[in-house]
Formats: sequence, structure tokens, C-alpha cells
Amino acid sequence: MIRAKLKKELNQGNLKIDVSLNIKKGELVTLYGESGAGKTSLLRMIAGLMNPEEGQIKVGEQIWLDSKKNIYLKPQHRKIGFVFQDYALFPNMTVKQNLAYSGADSNRLHELSELMGIHGLLHRKPDTLSGGEKQRTALARTLLSDPEVLLLDEPLSALDTSMRKQLQDLILKIHQEFQLTTLLVSHDLGEIFRLSNHVLKMENGKIIAEGSPMDLFTDRKISGKFQFIGEIVAIEKEDVVNVITLLIGNHPVKVITETSNEEGLQIGDKVLVASKAFNPILRKIH
Amino acid sequence: MEWSPIILTFQLALITTVLLLFLGIPIAYWLAFHRTRFTPLFETLVSMPLVLPPTVLGFYLLLAFSPNYGPGEWLDQWFGLRLAFSFEGLIIASMIFSLPFMIHPIQAGFKQLPSSLIEASALMGKSSFTTIIRVLLPNIKGPLLTGIVLAFAHTIGEFGVVLMIGGNIPDRTRVASIAIYDEVEALNYASAHQYSLILLGITFLVLLLVYSINGSYLKSNLR
Repeated sequence: MIRAKLKKELNQGNLKIDVSLNIKKGELVTLYGESGAGKTSLLRMIAGLMNPEEGQIKVGEQIWLDSKKNIYLKPQHRKIGFVFQDYALFPNMTVKQNLAYSGADSNRLHELSELMGIHGLLHRKPDTLSGGEKQRTALARTLLSDPEVLLLDEPLSALDTSMRKQLQDLILKIHQEFQLTTLLVSHDLGEIFRLSNHVLKMENGKIIAEGSPMDLFTDRKISGKFQFIGEIVAIEKEDVVNVITLLIGNHPVKVITETSNEEGLQIGDKVLVASKAFNPILRKIH
Repeated sequence: MEWSPIILTFQLALITTVLLLFLGIPIAYWLAFHRTRFTPLFETLVSMPLVLPPTVLGFYLLLAFSPNYGPGEWLDQWFGLRLAFSFEGLIIASMIFSLPFMIHPIQAGFKQLPSSLIEASALMGKSSFTTIIRVLLPNIKGPLLTGIVLAFAHTIGEFGVVLMIGGNIPDRTRVASIAIYDEVEALNYASAHQYSLILLGITFLVLLLVYSINGSYLKSNLR
């Protein structure tokens, strides 16, 4: 569906993007990497908001870009839905006017605003909405412009955890409903595991690994039945052992490790906790 | 005292402001969003009237408008237009002289808008023109109003340029500021007072009106 080969130098040559991509139709692919790895620039090149020095982009049978043949399709003519980190809602228009801006007919507008849970907000201005409501509106507006490709640039990074969960569900729902080829930028591992089954890992402008989230972020050699990904929030040194507090999802969990085991671990590190699951306590929840 | 200098002043200010608004928006847009090697040059040219003595600008415009030199000769031959010592000449001179007062606020207004607004509009298939009319301008009402008021007020206050290229022809180029100078020269202080008080009063009221509207507009939008 999307085939792209792109080369671009950024920040006076400090970042050299050199990427080739092949995304299948209807797939939801995540782009993962440190900030400054070139993820947003890659998205902007696909959307036509930035031109590469060299490259090709082919979507379906249509050529969007070919630097050798001097073809540069304008953003206006690429069927792209782009969701920005800052939502990019037009402050002078109501939610309804924002949704209608691309020229969608009013039946679809009402249908989709129903689906996105913003039907009650149609006459409000964007500055009276919460972050989650703004992002729902931005997503709905993007879908109404009938894109073939959906690009989501860290769409949920400004939201709190519970809002994130709701919107992740919504993104999944949209993806199932519309089957849009989607490229999502995220550095939240939980989010990636929930939303996507194919990850591209980017570093210094290059894709250094790709595969399923399990392949990329966990060590398959571990035969444990329980495994979670968490973030270290505290390390307390005791006599022989260390007590490490992890945040798994929303829950703080204390894990005891032997001193030799904690080498190189720091607060803020993402870690995999695994345990062999014999004799666990199971209790029914009422 | 005659009313014609006062009427002429406001006619000049009104026409200059309207024309400058249409000229200023595209220039400000270009300066705000399209940086090229030549942008600093254009920015300098736009800002020149801020520091240049009005007499210098007036002097060169006078030469340019004169039928004895290149541009004036061309205009005279092809369109039969003589801009020196005419109301049309005054409009062109005022537009040049008030250019930065219109462009700077609008340019600053454009720049404070997030670029994602323009990009989102483009990705929804809209041209730059549609984006400017429907998205950008409605979101910089305050800066637009500031530009309009400053250009208007500055044109009313103009003296040097008008005197250089307009002269002092009753009903054609004698605007209020020049009429005042003329009356003072002739020691008609009473008449000078009348012109001055009218200008003082009207400009005060215009500015007061604009700032009240602008103030309540800002308040209702800040919440």
C-alpha cells in the first residue's frame, strides 16, 4: 500500500534520515523511537509537509513523490489524514464547523460525531473543550476528509492516563471500522502493545528493527507466564537486596531483586518483569 | 475655517487604509511564512518609512512622479496620469508611508498562529487563499484591527510627505495638517485652533471606539 524510500538531512546534517518503508493496506504500524530520531519528520515527508532530498513515495498505484522524475504531489492532493500533537483545531470555528471544513455532507458528519462521542459538543468552540474532547474532534475531522492513509503524530501524548485508555479504544474502534492504513508515532510501550501488531523502531534517522511488539520489546527466552512492562520509579538499596518500585500501567509494584541483578538499572528505565507462574493466588472479583 | 481640509484628510486616510489592507495582507502573509534569501531585504524596505524622514521620501517620490523623469514620464504618456500635486499622488505616497504600520501587526499576528493550522487546512485539500480567508484572518482579528487603526491614524497625522508631493492646493491636496500650518504662518490662530481641535477630538474618539471594541472582543474570547 505505502512504499517509500526517503533521504533527508536535518539540523545542519546532524540527523540523516534514510528510510525505506513498506506498509500493507489496512495495517496499523507504530513508529517507535527516542525524540529526535526523525519520526515526525518521516510523517511530515509522507504527508508532503516536508520534501526529502531524494526519494519516492507510492501509495496504492499512485505516485506521490519521485525526486528523480521531479514529481512532488502537494499536500492538498495526497489523501492523508494527519492528526497533530496540538490537535490543530481552528479556534474561530465551532466543533461542527471544524468537522464540516473539508466539505463532508451533514449525514456523515452526524454519524461520525455520534461514533466519536462528540455529538453533544457540536456547537462549542475548541477552547472550551477538554484535551480528550479536542482529540476526538481532531480525529473525527480527519476521518471526514476521506483519507486513504492516517498519520497520527503522538496523538495522545498530552492526555492523562484514563483519557489515553479511552482514546486508545477509540483508535482501535476506528481502525476496525474504516480499515485505514495507519502510521502511529508513539513512545508509550503500553499503547504500542494495545494498538499495534507491527512496530518500526527508529534511531538516528534509520529504522533499526521491526517486528511485533513482543518480538521487539521482550526477550522470548524467558518462559515465564507472567510478563509486564513497567517503568522504574524508585530504587531503594537494602543490605543484600534492592527494592525496586515499578509503575506497571497505573499500578506501583514493589519488586525485590538481588544486588547483582540490578546492574545498570536506573530510575526511568523501561523494564520487563517476568515471573514463573506456579502457585499463584486466584481470587474471583465481585 | 473651511471644512474641505478636514473632509480631504479623512478621505485620504480612509482610501489609504482600505487599499493598504488589501495590499498588506498578502505581503504580511508572504513575509511571515515564506523565508527566502530576499526576505530580509523586503522586510527592510517595508520598515524604511519608520526611520526615514518624511521629507526624504517625499522628495524622491516627487522626482519619481515628475513628468520630466522616467516613471512619471511613462505614466503621463501611457495613462495621462500626473501624480505630483494631485490627490492620487497623495494616496500612493500615504500608502508607502503607512505600509509598516499596516504590515507589522498583521505579520506578527500570522506568526503567532501555530503552523499546524495551515498544514491541517492544506491536508484537507484547501488552497492557501481559502486557508487565509477562512482560517488565518478570523484568528487574527485583534492584529488586523490594530493595523487598520495605526495606518488610519498615521495617515491623518502625515505632514512632511504631503507637503512635499501634494503642495497646498485647496480642495485637492490641502489636508488638515497643512491647513493648520498655513493658518499659523498667516497668524490666524483662531482658525488653526478650530482645525486642531476637530482633529484632536475626532482622532481621540476613533481610537477610543476601537480600543473599547477591541478590549471587549479580547475579554469575550479569553474567558
